[in-house]
Amino acid sequence: MRQPAQLALTCLLALAATLSAPLVCAAEPLQVRIGYLGYRPDPGPLLSNIIPEPADAGLQGAELAIVDSNSTGRFLKQHFQLTSATVDSPEALLQAANAQHDQGLRLFVVNAPAASLRALSAALPDSLLFNAGSPDDSLRSSQCLGNVLHSLPGRAMLADALVQFLVLRKWQRALLVVGQTEDDKAYADALRRALKRFGVQLVAEKTWTFDNDQRRSAQADMPLFTQTAEYDVVLVADERGDFGEYLPYQTWYPRPVAGTQGLTPTGWHKTVETFGAAQLQKRFEAQAGRWMNDRDFAAWMAVRSVASAASKLRQAEPRALQQLLLSEQLPLDGFKGRKLSYRPWNGELRQPIALVQPRALVSTSPQEGFLHPFNEMDSLGYDKPEVTCSYP
Amino acid sequence: MRRPFFHRALLYPSLLSGALALACGHATAATAWVSNEKDNSLSLIDMQTLQVTETLPVGQRPRGLLLSHDNKLLYICASDSDRVQVMDVATRKIIKELPSGKDPEQFALHPNDRWLYVSNEDDALVTVIDTVTDKVLGQIDVGIEPEGMAVSPDGKWAVNTSETTNMLHWIDTSTQTLADSTLVDQRPRFVEFDKDGSKLWASAEIGGTVTILDVATRQVLKTLNFQIKGVHPDKVQPVGIKLSADGKYAFVALGPANHVAVIDAKTYEVLDYLLVGRRVWQLAFTPDQSQLLATNGVSGDVSVIDVKNLKVLKSVKVGRYPWGVVVTP
Repeated sequence: MRQPAQLALTCLLALAATLSAPLVCAAEPLQVRIGYLGYRPDPGPLLSNIIPEPADAGLQGAELAIVDSNSTGRFLKQHFQLTSATVDSPEALLQAANAQHDQGLRLFVVNAPAASLRALSAALPDSLLFNAGSPDDSLRSSQCLGNVLHSLPGRAMLADALVQFLVLRKWQRALLVVGQTEDDKAYADALRRALKRFGVQLVAEKTWTFDNDQRRSAQADMPLFTQTAEYDVVLVADERGDFGEYLPYQTWYPRPVAGTQGLTPTGWHKTVETFGAAQLQKRFEAQAGRWMNDRDFAAWMAVRSVASAASKLRQAEPRALQQLLLSEQLPLDGFKGRKLSYRPWNGELRQPIALVQPRALVSTSPQEGFLHPFNEMDSLGYDKPEVTCSYP
Repeated sequence: MRRPFFHRALLYPSLLSGALALACGHATAATAWVSNEKDNSLSLIDMQTLQVTETLPVGQRPRGLLLSHDNKLLYICASDSDRVQVMDVATRKIIKELPSGKDPEQFALHPNDRWLYVSNEDDALVTVIDTVTDKVLGQIDVGIEPEGMAVSPDGKWAVNTSETTNMLHWIDTSTQTLADSTLVDQRPRFVEFDKDGSKLWASAEIGGTVTILDVATRQVLKTLNFQIKGVHPDKVQPVGIKLSADGKYAFVALGPANHVAVIDAKTYEVLDYLLVGRRVWQLAFTPDQSQLLATNGVSGDVSVIDVKNLKVLKSVKVGRYPWGVVVTP
């Protein structure tokens, strides 16, 4: 019964000849090749290593977006193709990027730390890169990369989204617990910035150093560790998931935990289901056999951004795509209930941020009442006057 | 339908009297049937008293609803049960289930009262079912996330919208094959033909627009934008559309903008915005077209709009996440 795609296309072609200029066949065929470059450094040994991060986080999102985009492409004679490389060192990543560039690719989705993204941006000046792997705020505020668009929200966006919710709930005093890695410190910086921005008091800050009494487990040590001046909420900055999982229910005062564990701000989560998201989740789970996470969504969004712009422009030249995506004239659909677009001042995707706990969506920021002269979503992350670098 | 019903009813005299009482009860006023997406149920509203009189359990995640031309059968898209259920309006019983394909969301009935065009949201297909033989007549490949469905009054075209592909797909009903596709704004959600079938109205949720197309040429005549004072343009997300039979008005549900737009169907001028509940989804007229109902997904209620005076009269609390609505006489 089912009509194969090929047959349908043949029908379209046949009809095109007889009908008066139907849109279907008006365009020249367009082949769009996108490179996926993945490198995630080993996070090192973790105390809480029970539920590991999927190894193909990001890649699966890009692959699904290719399938989604080819459905429109089928009718517009545009074909999207993904060439992927997942490697285990920064050097190999650069090599893979150069190899793809030599094959003629000029559009890349990068799931790698900030340092690798900087290196790729410099090595491929004639290409357009999508950052689907680094939440680094300097890339979005002080060291902009002119040929990069960020589909993954930066730490500042996540922290602002979380702290808006604290304000809404009138949790006015926070204890901040920070891990020892550079990433943890960067997350803590974003939280401190957000606390100051939205007027939440930081009553104490502690670094988790693992020099607790070794006869006690992390669980047993947490109540004593969190014995400070009274707080309404404990904020945790532990991006690797090393110790933060042991904070909820173990704080000295019976208070909620939020940040990298507990109530977590994220670009995407299984519990996001409204505004058509349920369909995207189902498609993803059928393909990948697991839940879609924030990196998958960022990579999906990157490929969809290319495809949306290409279907409008009928071409895929990197500069033209970037220009249209930064023009705010192309509303992007990210199943988040708002039209998404890239901020012209730093290339970061403006998007609502989900606040989740493992099995429920708690809220979505921006919260009602946090106003902005142009777009409420710009109350999250670095706004135009705060960005010191020139972009693009 | 009648014969088996009475046959069974005779075996159970108490059921018969109950059914008769029901029959007398709803002979006097129209009844609105509302699907509650997160309650797996239908809420029935008596349009005279504007009270919910019954709540009926149905399949999982019920969304699209439509009536057979004689108003005797109610078709229900039970999306997560992967089937279309057919309910006998008189007895409120599910009398059969149709092989709809996966995740049916919206559908449309051909003027022959027989062919049902169902969009299968998860499979990028439109399934055509013969509701008399319960056989699948065909499946047509369309874009990703097929959603809106409409059949032209002359029965020639079935039009489907695909939300991620951003297209209207024109299906030739004589061959059940795809004839043409038209690119519209982002996330097309709903399509509605006008009464004489010359124009097609299509809403685009993320684009924030409604496109009016000339059916003969399949070209865009006009694209409408909406501006509501005090509502951010991002929140204007058009979904359901209903055109009044007298050709005077078009009503468009604007989703999280929490308003229904009233448009002059001849000049395409936006006349008014009516404040309703939160995230307004779908619309339906009462049989005499004096009232328009709007389902409000987030606030869990149905707004009743007086069409003559363009005023919202009342909101009626129903189940969780009301989605589709139809009204029987």
